[in-house]
Amino acid sequence: MSEPRIHTHRSTWGAFLIGVAVMAAVDEIVFHQILGWHHFYDGATLEIGLLTDGLLHAFELFALVAGFFLLAHEWRGGTFNRGFAWAGFLTGAGLFQLWDGIIDHKVLRLHQVRYDVDLLPYDIAWNASGALILLAGVIVGIRAQRRTSAHSTSR
Amino acid sequence: MHEHAAPAASALPGLATAPLVLAGLVYLAAASAERRRGTRVWPVHRAVCWTLGLVVAASAFLGPLAERAHDDFVAHMAAHTLIGMVAPTLLVLGAPVTLALRTLDPVVARRLTRLLRGWPARIISHPISAALLNVGSLWVLYLTPLHEAMIGNALLHYAVLVHFLLAGTLFAASILAIDPNPHKASRPVRAGVLLLSTAAHAILAKVLYAYPPAGIPLDEARAGAQVMYYAGDAAELALIVLFCLGWYRAAAPVPTQERAHLRTVLN
Repeated sequence: MSEPRIHTHRSTWGAFLIGVAVMAAVDEIVFHQILGWHHFYDGATLEIGLLTDGLLHAFELFALVAGFFLLAHEWRGGTFNRGFAWAGFLTGAGLFQLWDGIIDHKVLRLHQVRYDVDLLPYDIAWNASGALILLAGVIVGIRAQRRTSAHSTSR
Repeated sequence: MHEHAAPAASALPGLATAPLVLAGLVYLAAASAERRRGTRVWPVHRAVCWTLGLVVAASAFLGPLAERAHDDFVAHMAAHTLIGMVAPTLLVLGAPVTLALRTLDPVVARRLTRLLRGWPARIISHPISAALLNVGSLWVLYLTPLHEAMIGNALLHYAVLVHFLLAGTLFAASILAIDPNPHKASRPVRAGVLLLSTAAHAILAKVLYAYPPAGIPLDEARAGAQVMYYAGDAAELALIVLFCLGWYRAAAPVPTQERAHLRTVLN
C-alpha cells in the first residue's frame, strides 16, 4: 500500500529538479542575454559569490538533465504522476526565484535585477513572483496528495 | 621573432598529429579485423566517435584554429575546449580498451588487464584524481606564470595541449566508465565529482574574466573567458547527458529470466 506513494514522490523530485533548472535558464537567457539587465560579472562581486555562483550553475545543468531522466524512468515504469510532477516543477521554480532574489541579489550581492534604476519595485516583483509560483506548487501538491489518498481508500 | 626556432617549431604540428593518425589507423584496422571474424560486429558509431575525436584533437595542433591559437586568447580558449573536453568525450565513446581486449593476442590482452588492475591504474583512474589532473591543472596553468611562459614557447604550448588531451580523456573515462574498469567508482561518487568539476570550470572562467591573466589585452581576455564559460558548459552538459543516460539504461527493469542470464555472462 505504501509503495505507490514512494513512486509519486519520485515524480515530484524529477520535476522539482527541472523546475529549478528551467527558472535558472530563464534567468540566464532572458535577463542576462536578451534583456542584458544583469551583468555576467559586475566588478563588485565578492569571491565567495563567484564560488557559490559556479556551484549553483553546475547544479542547474545537472538538475535539468537528471530531472528529465528521473521522469523518463518513472514514465517507463508506469509510475509517473502528473499532479505530483506539476507540484514539483512549480515548487522548484518558485524556490529558485526566491533564492536568486534574496540570497544571490541581496545577501551575496552577486548582481542586481537591473542597474541604474530604482531597485525596490524590481526586487518586489522578482520575489513576489517567486512566492506566487511556490504557493501554486504547494496547492497543486496538496490537491495531488488528496486525489491519490481518495483513490487508494475508495479501492 | 624566433627566426632560428622557426624550422623546429614548424615540424611540431606534424610531430604532434602523427600519433593521432597512427591511433586512428590501428583502431580502424582492429575494428575491421573484428568485423571480418564475423562472430561479433564492432559498432559503427564507436568507430565514428573515435575518428571524430582524433580529428577534433588534431584541429588544436594543425590548421587555421591552431595557428590563431598561438597569439589570440579567444582562439586559444576554443582550441583548449576542443582538445581538453570535446575530443576526450568522443575518444571515450570509441571504447578503445574494449576493442583492444577483444582483438589483441590473448597473452598481450592478459598483460593489459593486469596493468589495468594494478594500483597505479587504480589511483590515477579514480574520478577524484582524474578531475584534479584535469580541471586542477587548468587552475595551475592560468593562475601561475606558466601561462605567460607558454605564450612565446611553442614546445611548452604543445606539451600543455598533450597534457589536456590525456587528462581530459582520463577524466571522461572515469566518469562515463564505458570501457571495462576494475576500479570503477560508484555512480553517486562519479556524479558528485562531475558536478564539482563542472563548477570548478565555471568558477575559473569567471575568475579569469574578473582577473585577466598577465600579458593579454583586457577585451581579449574577457572574450576568451566567456568562450571558456559557455563552450565549456556545452561540453560538460554533453558529459552529464551521457552519464545520466548510462545510469538510466542500467536502471532499466530487467525481466528476472534475463537478469539470471546476464549474471552468468558477467561473472
